[in-house]
Amino acid sequence: MTAPLHDTAETTVADVAADIPAKAIEGRSPGRIAWMRLKRDKVALAGGVIVVFLILVAIFAPLIVSALGHPPNDFHEDKIDPLFGTPTGKWGGISGDYLFGVEPVNGRDVFSRIVYGTRISLLVAFLSAIVAVVLGTFFGIMAGYFGGWVDAAIGRVMDVLLAFPQLLFIMSLVSVMPNSLLGFSGTGVRMGVLVVVIGFFGWPYVGRIVRGQTLSLREREYVDAARSLGAGRGYILFRELLPNLVAPITVYATLMIPTNILTEAALSFLGVGVKPPTSSWGQMLFKALSFYETDPIFMLIPGLAIFVTVLAFNLFGDGVRDALDPKGSR
Amino acid sequence: MAACGGPGNPRAAAGPSTVLAYIIRRLFAVVVMLLVITLVTFGIFFLIPKWVGVDPATYFIGKQADPASLEGIRKKMGLDDPILVQFGKFLWGLVAGRDYANGTDVTHCSAPCFGYSFRNEQAIWPVLTDRLPVTMQLAAGACVIWVVVGVGTGVVSALKRGSALDRTLMTVALAGVSLPIYFTGMIALAVVVYGLGWIDGQYVPFGESASGWFGGMLLPWVTLAFLYAAMYARMTRATMLEIMGEDYIRTARAKGLREPVVIGKHAMRSTMTPVLTILGMDLGALVGGAILTETTFSLPGIGQAAVKAISDKDFPLILGVTLIAAVAVVVANLLVDLLYAVVDPRVRLS
Repeated sequence: MTAPLHDTAETTVADVAADIPAKAIEGRSPGRIAWMRLKRDKVALAGGVIVVFLILVAIFAPLIVSALGHPPNDFHEDKIDPLFGTPTGKWGGISGDYLFGVEPVNGRDVFSRIVYGTRISLLVAFLSAIVAVVLGTFFGIMAGYFGGWVDAAIGRVMDVLLAFPQLLFIMSLVSVMPNSLLGFSGTGVRMGVLVVVIGFFGWPYVGRIVRGQTLSLREREYVDAARSLGAGRGYILFRELLPNLVAPITVYATLMIPTNILTEAALSFLGVGVKPPTSSWGQMLFKALSFYETDPIFMLIPGLAIFVTVLAFNLFGDGVRDALDPKGSR
Repeated sequence: MAACGGPGNPRAAAGPSTVLAYIIRRLFAVVVMLLVITLVTFGIFFLIPKWVGVDPATYFIGKQADPASLEGIRKKMGLDDPILVQFGKFLWGLVAGRDYANGTDVTHCSAPCFGYSFRNEQAIWPVLTDRLPVTMQLAAGACVIWVVVGVGTGVVSALKRGSALDRTLMTVALAGVSLPIYFTGMIALAVVVYGLGWIDGQYVPFGESASGWFGGMLLPWVTLAFLYAAMYARMTRATMLEIMGEDYIRTARAKGLREPVVIGKHAMRSTMTPVLTILGMDLGALVGGAILTETTFSLPGIGQAAVKAISDKDFPLILGVTLIAAVAVVVANLLVDLLYAVVDPRVRLS
């Protein structure tokens, strides 16, 4: 709005005076306030930087591996001691050529497998969080807004889902799933099943929060105002209520991703994650369980990969929560 | 879940009859919930194989079996019946036991009949009762450690908010919730068992050697407790901070009560309520959720049986474990809700 300098002829004193306070009390949207708070939280920012880095690693995995590693499924048995099956080099075979060493027995490049593992881990975690958020928001908002039997029915379904032994159920479901389904095969099917099932068991948590928020939001004046102006149900639900639910949903979604990463890793550890030879961190750790005495480096690397990733998401998520909800609802 | 006492329903007569009615209503809900869980699990194992064109009978005796013995198995196990009939028979078997008959070949399976393993034709129920104690010992021991350590840490952190101690404890707790349990377990094994050689880390039944049992359970307890202590410390700290800002704490202080009394009597009681809720749910979930710990430390518990059953596609055993795990969760939730009402008099039974 500031007038260009050469326009002085038309700039009156009143204009200038009006400009100064307007700048001083510039309106800040809630999102902007949250962003400013987040910027000041150095720990959360560090987490955020690592998260961005990991996402880039996942996207550019093939490039990174071709520059710094070997194809993830290639065997390098010359790097393996034939007697013990462990890497011949010191520190699990770490060298300039093999940055994170080689896998026991078959000598696959650990670095390449870790880098490709990032893809599986993040993709499953993000997609299942989206499934959970979409389902949870939809059912939560329905339960909270309509109340009555809708609320009761959704509540019962959530109770059953929460009582379900989740890990066991996912394990058994994956074990009976066929290898090809709806035109996908192998890793695609497994990943799809993981995403749907982890997301499906995650929605009641989102649902409960959204329901609670909706219960209090629907009594607000602006909802009455919209209704008295003749707004329809759909408009009230998705235009009036939903924007006000974005903050709690964002917080929950960011904090759900690390949990999902851990779940995916756990399932891979138990042998029901993506199918080998596709690499995943949990799978590597399961193999490492047989080698923790002779090749501890092979256990440390995927373990640290999971730890750093989950920690980064947790730090970032805590920061987002503090930024969006300074009182701290927890 | 609790906000269902309608208006105009003052908590006047919460006498024994109300409590009894509440328990009955809850038990009914529990039974319905367990039925749903059983049906869904049952459906997965008996519908999905059919849907993808696998004959469940082949899980019993292998794919190379001759048609006659496959037919025999199908008949004996009732695999040709419609799914609801099979489900009905399964439920009846749970309550009253059942006979598997194939002409002259009759196998009786007594009262809580979970069926027979597809792999070794053992009855499922004894397998479960064999393994349940190990899982329970694991859960109980770890629980004692994590409640003491976790709640203690949380309270100290909340009272010393912002101090170096608080920051250190919370950093450790955040690391704790970010570490996969099988990774911490492996590190513990590598360091304590392999590196230092203090204990041999093998599971020994209590009956054989009490000290051997303790040595074998120590690492699983500590590892499992570390994860949960971290979660409980974070939760306790947050709850405690919220409660210390409440008016009644100010009132208690204004009355001239000394700080230990304010914290010990007034703040702790409210802090414990949410902790108790989560504790019940976590303990219930551990019956089916100690899978990772049991796999890492090769403990012969329910979780380990489940992992093996799943890689063997031994559906009756998986179904049995799932059911037991669901019962544990549901019963724990019920107990917590009842205890909740005892601990926190504000809670209304409805």
